[in-house]
Amino acid sequence: MQKSLHIDPNKCTGCLQCEMACSYENHGVFNISKSRIKVFNFEHAGRKVPYTCTQCAEAWCMTACPVDAIRIDGKTGAKVVHEDVCVGCKVCTIACPFGTVNYVVATGKVQKCDLCGGEPACADACPTGAITYVAADWTGLDKMRAWAGKTDTQPRAGA
Amino acid sequence: MAWNKKFLRVNLSTGSCKTEALNMEWAQEYLGQRGLATKYFVEEVDPKVDPLSPDNKLIMTTGPLTGTVASTGGRYSVVTKGALTGAIACSNSGGYFGAELKFAGWDMIIFEGKAAKPVYLSIEDDKVELRDAAHLWGKTVFQTEEIIKKSHQDPQMRICSIGRAGESGVKFACIVNDLHRAAGRSGVGTVMGAKNLKAVAVRGTKGSGGAIKDPKAFMAATKAAKKVLADNAVTGQGLPTYGTQVLMNVINEMGALPTRNHRDVQFEDARKISGEAMHEKRPTDGKSHLVTNAACFGCTIACGRISRIDETHFSVVNKPEYWGASGGLEYEAAWALGSANGVGDLEALQYANVLCNEDGFDPISFGATVAAAMELYDLGILTKEQIGLEAPFGSAQALITLAEMTAKGEGFGKELGLGSARLCAKYGRPELSMGVKSQEFPAYDSRGIQGMGLAYATSNRGACHLRGYTVASEVLGIPVKTDPLVTEGKADLVKAFQDATSVFDSAGVCVFTTFAWTLADLQPQLDAACEGNWTMEKLALLGERVWNMERVFNNAAGFTAKDDDLPPRLKNEPAKTGPAKGLVNGVDKMRPEYYKVRGWSPEGVPTKETLDRLGL
Ligand code: SF4
Ligand code: SF4
Ligand code: SF4
Repeated sequence: MQKSLHIDPNKCTGCLQCEMACSYENHGVFNISKSRIKVFNFEHAGRKVPYTCTQCAEAWCMTACPVDAIRIDGKTGAKVVHEDVCVGCKVCTIACPFGTVNYVVATGKVQKCDLCGGEPACADACPTGAITYVAADWTGLDKMRAWAGKTDTQPRAGA
Repeated sequence: MAWNKKFLRVNLSTGSCKTEALNMEWAQEYLGQRGLATKYFVEEVDPKVDPLSPDNKLIMTTGPLTGTVASTGGRYSVVTKGALTGAIACSNSGGYFGAELKFAGWDMIIFEGKAAKPVYLSIEDDKVELRDAAHLWGKTVFQTEEIIKKSHQDPQMRICSIGRAGESGVKFACIVNDLHRAAGRSGVGTVMGAKNLKAVAVRGTKGSGGAIKDPKAFMAATKAAKKVLADNAVTGQGLPTYGTQVLMNVINEMGALPTRNHRDVQFEDARKISGEAMHEKRPTDGKSHLVTNAACFGCTIACGRISRIDETHFSVVNKPEYWGASGGLEYEAAWALGSANGVGDLEALQYANVLCNEDGFDPISFGATVAAAMELYDLGILTKEQIGLEAPFGSAQALITLAEMTAKGEGFGKELGLGSARLCAKYGRPELSMGVKSQEFPAYDSRGIQGMGLAYATSNRGACHLRGYTVASEVLGIPVKTDPLVTEGKADLVKAFQDATSVFDSAGVCVFTTFAWTLADLQPQLDAACEGNWTMEKLALLGERVWNMERVFNNAAGFTAKDDDLPPRLKNEPAKTGPAKGLVNGVDKMRPEYYKVRGWSPEGVPTKETLDRLGL
């Protein structure tokens, strides 16, 4: 069964535990500037929105890479950057419609979410359940359910 | 990352920015943040210094857990001699600024001297420079953040700054970071303004983790501690749902909600300005006042409130710039702007609160000073002509107009900016200022919560709830329930809270964790992170050491036992209603007991044996 990260911005408090966990998992440091997930703060709307790679089935970054450095992890379905192959040309960062492949100056390579090999550190660290790792088939089901609950099927008096 | 082991020394008079190694021997004795920065401060600054002179220093400091995955590990503090109090000041703030400073590779910044012209400090990892701030002077905190981020082309910079209040010398000006988090009390922003320092902007991309003593043990200890917070009713449910505002109705029912400058101890409109009310849908627009809760860096509690003012409310009806979501209300602000003045209009309180954030002044001291002014008005000592408008208790219009005046430094706002002690003294009624050491009380009436009277009287930074929060025990039963209406046992209780809090404030975590954590929860996290052997005994002694170090400084600054006292109203005028009806505060009985428990002389001076025992 394939799983994917499921993000519910309404639950996010902006604590950045996810960014800390991501950088620690992948770089061995507490350093949010190295995180592959980013929490954006829309101050005037009072909204915090965590955002990372959605692992497109037809991944444009992967298609665009001229040296075949981005490959599918057979176990998780994640599109994974192979650093030893990546030449840092940044074409993938242009190809990705969502901007979730990022260039890292320090290494001269790109990085993106790789689902931590199937045990996402961000989801584990999130204290509010804003990030969960769920069966990919279920993505969106809770939204459907919420909207279903709002549908009004009763005939209205006088309508 | 425990300590970066280096700090910045910025001389504003000469413009030099130097790197210095952190004194690691001191770090073993004073840990970090409040403890360690205060150690530097008392070693380097004459206790008699005028807070506003170039000889006063101002330290921005982090703790060893700041910028780590420890829950609430995002705190920083500002240590200086307070402009409001003339006592040691240490104001703690959350948000993201402290962690960013740590990520840039610094443990603290010591500011000395005074800049000839307004400047701001820019830190991009190792690249540190003082820059001209002429274009920022006269700007609000909100504008300052925006302009700096734009000119650096970096929306991820974290900024702390003063608003117009800090520039114009409002005695209770604060330093605001990340738009609505503040090092709020004692006038630390006033000191920053006197140094012509407008802002500090930081971008840190270094991070660390390498300096954690035992990463594996640290991850396990922080994870276990997070679970304690999640499982606790206050930190796991009460605070995330209602914020600190969870207290408004509780404290009112206890008869400990100071109302109309402490004339009353219960507020008839408390419910209207409570955390519960913030959740209710408004009839005007069908939306609730509260938009969402929010966390500071690393915090798994998330007590923060983000609210939206009703667009049709008279305070903002023609001001679309105030229609967006913004920080507040926290309990202390809701009390000081509301109940303290008898104002029960939630929207007006939030508008005043946003002004406090926007121009950087402490809503507690501001609100309580308005309360004093309203009492002076009520007594006919201040007139409508002097104030600029009618200012009876309960007037939301007066509250918001006075907030606007204080923000801009106009009209009667200049007098309010003195704080209640100087204001009341000026008009010949010093006894009407509700505070200790010139700092206004926070939101607990000590006639209904006796231990808080002693905690206020003996707090090293003037009246304050964050130096020894016996409310936890006397009201919430944490860690054990004590009777709020009696003085017995309170000397020991106050000491225990004061010492433990000193440790939390020195670690880099939020004091709100102590609703769930004891030292025993903090200790394994520190021991795994920091080099050295951090036992419970070492930490307990450290807390007491920090407290006494601050006390010694204050005594040398000229404070005596006479200053460990409450205004006559709390000692002579009994509570009129509620469970504490008929009671006054028994501070005169508790004070000598407390000195004894502390190992101080009857004059409130630490004895030689005490200082020796603590290694001071
Ligand atoms: S799944 Fe792993 S790599 Fe992807 S964002 Fe989360 S922590 Fe980072
Ligand atoms: S850990 Fe969860 S709540 Fe915290 S910022 Fe990340 S997504 Fe938001
Ligand atoms: S408990 Fe509240 S104040 Fe403390 S760190 Fe968390 S959000 Fe910030």
